[in-house]
Amino acid sequence: MSDSQADTMPRRLYRNAQSYPDSPAFAEKYLGIWQTYSWKQTGSEVRALACGLASLGLQRGEMVALIGTNRPQLYWVFFATQSLGAVPVPIYQDGVPAELEFVLNHAGVRFAVVENQEQADKLLEIKEKCPALETIIYSDTKGMRHYSETFLYSYADVQARGRQYDAEHADFFEGELASGQADDVAGIFYTSGTTGDPKGVQLTSANLLGSAEACNAQEGLSSTDRQVNYAPMAWIGDHLFLSLSLSAGACTNCPESQETLRADIKEIGPTMFFAPPAIWEQLLTSITIRMEDASRFNRWLFRHFLAVARRVGLDLLDGKPVGVVDRLHYALGELCIYGPLKNNLGLSHARLAITGGAPLGEDTFMFYRSIGINLKQLYAQTECSAYATLHRNGDARQDTVGPPCKECDVQIAEGGEILVKSPGNFVGYFKNPEATREVMTDDGWLRTGDAGIMTDDGHLKVIDRARDVGALNDGTLFAPQYIENKLKFFPYIREAVAHGNSRDHVTAFINIDLEAVGNYAERIGLSYSGYTDLSQRPEVHDLITKNIAEVNQDLSRDSSLSSSQIRRFLILHKELDADDGELTRTRKIRRATIADRYGSLIEALYSSKKEVAVEASVMLEDGRSSTFNADLRIHDVAITKT
Amino acid sequence: MTIDPRTKTGGNLILEVENISLSFGAVRAIVDVSFSVIEGEVLAIIGPNGAGKTSMLNVINGFYHPQEGQIQFGGEVRRQMRPYQAARGGIARTFQNVALFKGMTTLDNIMTGRNLKMNRWATNILSAAFYVGPTRREEMRHREHAERVIDFLEIQAIRKTPVGRLPYGLQKRVELGRALAAEPKLLLLDEPMAGMNLEEKQDMCRYVLDVNDEFGTTVALIEHDMGVVMDISDRVVVLDYGRKIAEGTPDEVKSNQAVIDAYLGTSASSATA
Repeated sequence: MSDSQADTMPRRLYRNAQSYPDSPAFAEKYLGIWQTYSWKQTGSEVRALACGLASLGLQRGEMVALIGTNRPQLYWVFFATQSLGAVPVPIYQDGVPAELEFVLNHAGVRFAVVENQEQADKLLEIKEKCPALETIIYSDTKGMRHYSETFLYSYADVQARGRQYDAEHADFFEGELASGQADDVAGIFYTSGTTGDPKGVQLTSANLLGSAEACNAQEGLSSTDRQVNYAPMAWIGDHLFLSLSLSAGACTNCPESQETLRADIKEIGPTMFFAPPAIWEQLLTSITIRMEDASRFNRWLFRHFLAVARRVGLDLLDGKPVGVVDRLHYALGELCIYGPLKNNLGLSHARLAITGGAPLGEDTFMFYRSIGINLKQLYAQTECSAYATLHRNGDARQDTVGPPCKECDVQIAEGGEILVKSPGNFVGYFKNPEATREVMTDDGWLRTGDAGIMTDDGHLKVIDRARDVGALNDGTLFAPQYIENKLKFFPYIREAVAHGNSRDHVTAFINIDLEAVGNYAERIGLSYSGYTDLSQRPEVHDLITKNIAEVNQDLSRDSSLSSSQIRRFLILHKELDADDGELTRTRKIRRATIADRYGSLIEALYSSKKEVAVEASVMLEDGRSSTFNADLRIHDVAITKT
Repeated sequence: MTIDPRTKTGGNLILEVENISLSFGAVRAIVDVSFSVIEGEVLAIIGPNGAGKTSMLNVINGFYHPQEGQIQFGGEVRRQMRPYQAARGGIARTFQNVALFKGMTTLDNIMTGRNLKMNRWATNILSAAFYVGPTRREEMRHREHAERVIDFLEIQAIRKTPVGRLPYGLQKRVELGRALAAEPKLLLLDEPMAGMNLEEKQDMCRYVLDVNDEFGTTVALIEHDMGVVMDISDRVVVLDYGRKIAEGTPDEVKSNQAVIDAYLGTSASSATA
């Protein structure tokens, strides 16, 4: 199959099966051992599944929902569905039944493939409210023995039917595979949406493969590369990486479970790694708190060599000139600290480490680059297949998100909105042409809804969601995410929400990081009875006050930001949670929901009260909700006068 | 815990305990106790502390030898068994205070449960030293089985952790794994839910029920949590001061006056724990 013929996702798969039949394509850890599937094996499994789906009545153009954690069997559903000309619709596996209901009904899904009993139960619970849903296929048979529903099939069973169907209809599969077009919709990705209902982003094979090819050419990926896919399959970032693997012939490894993720990454030693900022921050936090427990000598070593890295590491990674003495010093650091540290994280072989989906704090970004991990920022949206801007090797700066990628173009509109033209630009929201018109200009530019500027040398700088950028009453620019990122750099602060639009000064909600602060509490001999209790302790407040004072000092250095120093804050009694609608599934803050729910707390912050009572309602994992009360202390913070 | 207990009437008896009496000097731990265990059921043994429940399990297991009475297991009648005879016969158990090998990893502990299943020719010290051919295959066979147990109990993340470092609830789960690795016909569990919170208890109940359901393993468990007992057991035996004071389905036992007086208390007749 030539390049131009292999222009749909499934045809690309079969081209790989021809070109590198024995190269590893997918791997998962099962029963303690990494089980690998070659491209040829994958091809045959996908074929069996596709024919099985056809035998159960799947038609061209229909939707197949996919729910579960990362498993080769579930990735194959994408290809099997696409080869029949149907459309896969991945759904977040931690969604509550109401979220599932919305997507299933909106997309009119008839077939659903789920990973295990948990997901199957969720679907059975809402099946009556989803009249279109007819067939459920499950991959893991654990616990499914007593289910007698006739519309439930096991994955293995469907494949067995498929092989029989294939034998009976010899040319069927090839015919279906050949009739796919590059412009056919290859997947609908529902965006988590910081406001309103989720919207279904339709992406074609041309979008996904076009972006992947361009990215591979730019980054030099090949069939010897390997990655660990652990992010939700419904997240476009994960799908971009799947497309990169498909296009380069690289291997997609699936971890054994969420708990074993760190160990699995260490075992695979991926050469390419994509993580949202929250994960990069968490890794840094875990390093920092474990260093607190180390001996004095080790702590000294760590601090000393991190200082060396800060001074010299970035230049070394960028290929800039560095003196001999510094090089030797850094090499010593590599031996003692950076090498073992990277090994511990499993990133010793990572030639390409990407962060994207939300802004990453400058200091966190610099930390990783300084120890030799080629961390680069990627800026994009689901609507452009996660492919817009990416730092080039040797030119990764902490305050930008890089120049436009190969074959992409970026423009700043009047009023500061970022516009993107990318091979990955979507073909429209499913069943929502109005929303599509709002977001695509007539000449094919995507309105991102983010505010930004271009630097003189062509890098894009993202300021914030255009909608969220505001101003204090004295006219100072107020970009909440900028302040929040500075706060989140500290290991003790997990999440922060800054307030200040149309106010006199800036205040903040803080979520403490339970692991880090719990560790601190242990060291100072402070006992506590849970998250809520710990969050209101005076010792913890003092800790956070110090962190915020540091941020204020930093803000005071920039004259345009000095008035946005944080004056007052409170620590929230519970972590902001996607299940409660306060965050999206990718951990972005939903400001409207938070302003609504915690309005009384915001008012208290802008009064002179020292305390405010709160009654919180939490959504438990099984869908029930419960309420509890807490008294939150409000603290003032010193600001640095300029 | 909303699983319906299934009532099993009829069916073969896998174990029959007849007129067992056990004394330690002047202390009479068990006095003339008889009951039977039906194959494939979940039997709960309940009673106040000191009633002789663990002693009863130890008698079945072969640790204690009763002064009077006999046990019928697997068609054989015996007064006393050595523990390894009981194990070879298909009885596996867990212990009240967790008796794992604290320095060994989870995987190794579960592998020790496979001991009696190992081919003696392939796994003696000489073969193990050379580790080729049949020995390798034997090790792989058992390793696969142990991994299936690990997968069943969802403890992959602690596979290589020394058991001594695990929290109590996880240690109990690993011990259950070790017992399951022996592919027992009869599983004796001594307070498997002790020290667990609600979520952990639900998980353990699920494992016990799955083992009973999927592999047909008969389960006899000692338990204090009445909610668990009522929800998952098919029949209940009640001991008090070494004597059996009731035997029957959970509902029958719950409303038995003698049981209420000795153990449950008056509010138990109106609600589950």
